[in-house]
Amino acid sequence: MSAPTTIFRRPEALRDAFTHYCPGCTHGIIHRLVAETLDELGLRERTVGIAPVGCSVLCYNYFNCDMQEAAHGRAPALATGVKRVLPDRIVFTYQGDGDLASIGTAEIIHAANRGEKFTTIFVNNAIYGMTGGQMAPTTMPNQVTTTCPRGRDVNTAGWPIPVADVLAQLRTPAYIERVAVHTPRYTVQAKRAIRQAFQYQAENRCYSFVEVLSTCPTNWGKTPNESVQWLEDVMVPYFKLGLKKSPDRPPVD
Amino acid sequence: MPRVQVDRDRCKGCELCVRACPQKVLGISPRINFKGYFPAEPSRPELCLGCRICAVTCPDVAIEIAVHGCRYNYFDY
Amino acid sequence: MPKKLMKGNEALGEAAIVAGAQAYFCYPITPQTEIAEYLAKRMPEVGGVFVQAESELAASQMIFGAAAAGARVFTTSSSPGISLMGEAMSYITAAELPAVFINIMRCGPGLGGILPSQGDYLQAVKGAGHGDYKLLVLAPSTIQEAVDLTIEAFRLADKYRNPVMIIGDGLIGQMMEPVDFESCTKPPRLDCSAWATTGCAGREPHIVKTLFLDPNVLEERNRTLKAKYERMTREEIRFETYCCDPPPDLLFAAYGTTARVVRTAVDHLREEGASVGMFRPISVYPFPDDALRQVAHHPAVRNVLVVEMSMGQMLEDVQSALQGRRPLHFYGRGGGNVPAPEELIDEARKLLGNGHGGKR
Repeated sequence: MSAPTTIFRRPEALRDAFTHYCPGCTHGIIHRLVAETLDELGLRERTVGIAPVGCSVLCYNYFNCDMQEAAHGRAPALATGVKRVLPDRIVFTYQGDGDLASIGTAEIIHAANRGEKFTTIFVNNAIYGMTGGQMAPTTMPNQVTTTCPRGRDVNTAGWPIPVADVLAQLRTPAYIERVAVHTPRYTVQAKRAIRQAFQYQAENRCYSFVEVLSTCPTNWGKTPNESVQWLEDVMVPYFKLGLKKSPDRPPVD
Repeated sequence: MPRVQVDRDRCKGCELCVRACPQKVLGISPRINFKGYFPAEPSRPELCLGCRICAVTCPDVAIEIAVHGCRYNYFDY
Repeated sequence: MPKKLMKGNEALGEAAIVAGAQAYFCYPITPQTEIAEYLAKRMPEVGGVFVQAESELAASQMIFGAAAAGARVFTTSSSPGISLMGEAMSYITAAELPAVFINIMRCGPGLGGILPSQGDYLQAVKGAGHGDYKLLVLAPSTIQEAVDLTIEAFRLADKYRNPVMIIGDGLIGQMMEPVDFESCTKPPRLDCSAWATTGCAGREPHIVKTLFLDPNVLEERNRTLKAKYERMTREEIRFETYCCDPPPDLLFAAYGTTARVVRTAVDHLREEGASVGMFRPISVYPFPDDALRQVAHHPAVRNVLVVEMSMGQMLEDVQSALQGRRPLHFYGRGGGNVPAPEELIDEARKLLGNGHGGKR
């Protein structure tokens, strides 16, 4: 019998590390999708990743490429600095919803509006994970967190910010898509979007941004599989998946 | 016949693969791993089609899949 | 040596170019915006990067990114903007990245005004950000000195892998003075290849980070940084004395543009036969306290008068240097007012009056 051929293995761009993420946290899947993309497009050796502050701050221990770790919310500014002085390197920021949609809104909006040629992977899990489950700008209405214990009240805390749609309003060309990784089918589609994003950067085409809906079992107070279901039932209807903006399609006036 | 391999000590027992597997190949081991999780394990390996869905859904890259000979490609990944 | 009449802000911009700055990230704020305007034209001419950021905060974090990628970088701002850069200064120091910051100080606090001031002295030398960190801070009093110290700042930033700050009051930015660039040479660039994030081809990946959850690892980092500051204190003290040989009855202490006003007052008083002199710190961190003591603790010196465009900040460093062994006086102007020589002459006479040297 011929020797078995491996058809699924750890990508080289993902270190062989035991991650600190909670069981069932889909950060791990997103890390793998980014790493697989770096492998498949042959970008690993000229990539510089920027880690945020949040659960995924430690992604600098997991991505097997040069990494910088940013102050909270400042990753797009660091990425701008790197990309401007090393325009032929591949630069990406990996950020959570507290990092990007709260303290870092100015940085992300202006990086996108300047059309900085780096890629952002925005992980939206509707909560602050690292600090133990506080309300985030993307926390859902009536979702209970430690800082909205009676559920998010949209009258005082406003509605969740649909970042991908907000950024899509900017006129500067960009590739913006929202995907999810809570089921294999969506994960396969998410990988296509992440791959497309890095493709556009490799072609020095435009800013690329992929918002990835992700779970947080620990702080949602659900099992991993219940979290998958909650994401499907509650988040997906609000955070509509799909392509929001493409450099190939000019904005419709 | 495809072979699915779960790295017992890397798995955190989140059960996402158990639910995702269309053939219900994977179950939860009664023996805890060194971290104290009850890891997934192929309880009915003979039913595995090599579709890779379990590996795609694993957040910890704890699953590796190998096949002998030709393989049916269910989806591009 | 052909000199060029230049506005301070533009001379600072040119100095950075002469020093080989590769990237400049900025944000408009009076009274230093001309640096950005000048470099918006010049940086592209020399193949450098120019980005106007959405805020000083973002600009200073772009500095982090570019410096960690191995580029020679700098940014400039003015007081309120420097406050926004405090976070990044702490991170850049913690990551041991070379960078130059220039603060053309305006009067405060709050939105304050747009006129010159020295009200950010403590912010610069004691730290605008969090944690045990220090900036090497130099304070020029002329535009030529500002040019020379800016170029020197890039060399020192590389030498110590630590941010260096130039503090000049609004006059340094707004005055025009003849400047000579001929004698300026570009400092050699630090080899960053051992740590910069340039892509891990052919090597292990580099990680530039400041998160150290293990207390012993972070404490080790604190001690490494502290050793740098001790070395700066040994090797980077800069100061100037004026008419201090023999040591004067009344010793002025002032820095920056204020020191030039004091110089005029000293000349005038000396013409009247008064025994006066001045001590001018150029490095304000590390503060030249030994050098100050050598002059001020001489028996001939009866009074020390600190003059600042603030309510008294360098005063604190002078106070700790003198250890109470000399009567210490202060004369300060705020709100953007620049002291006139006559004011300092009157102040001096009060202190000289009760001694033998005072004459109307």
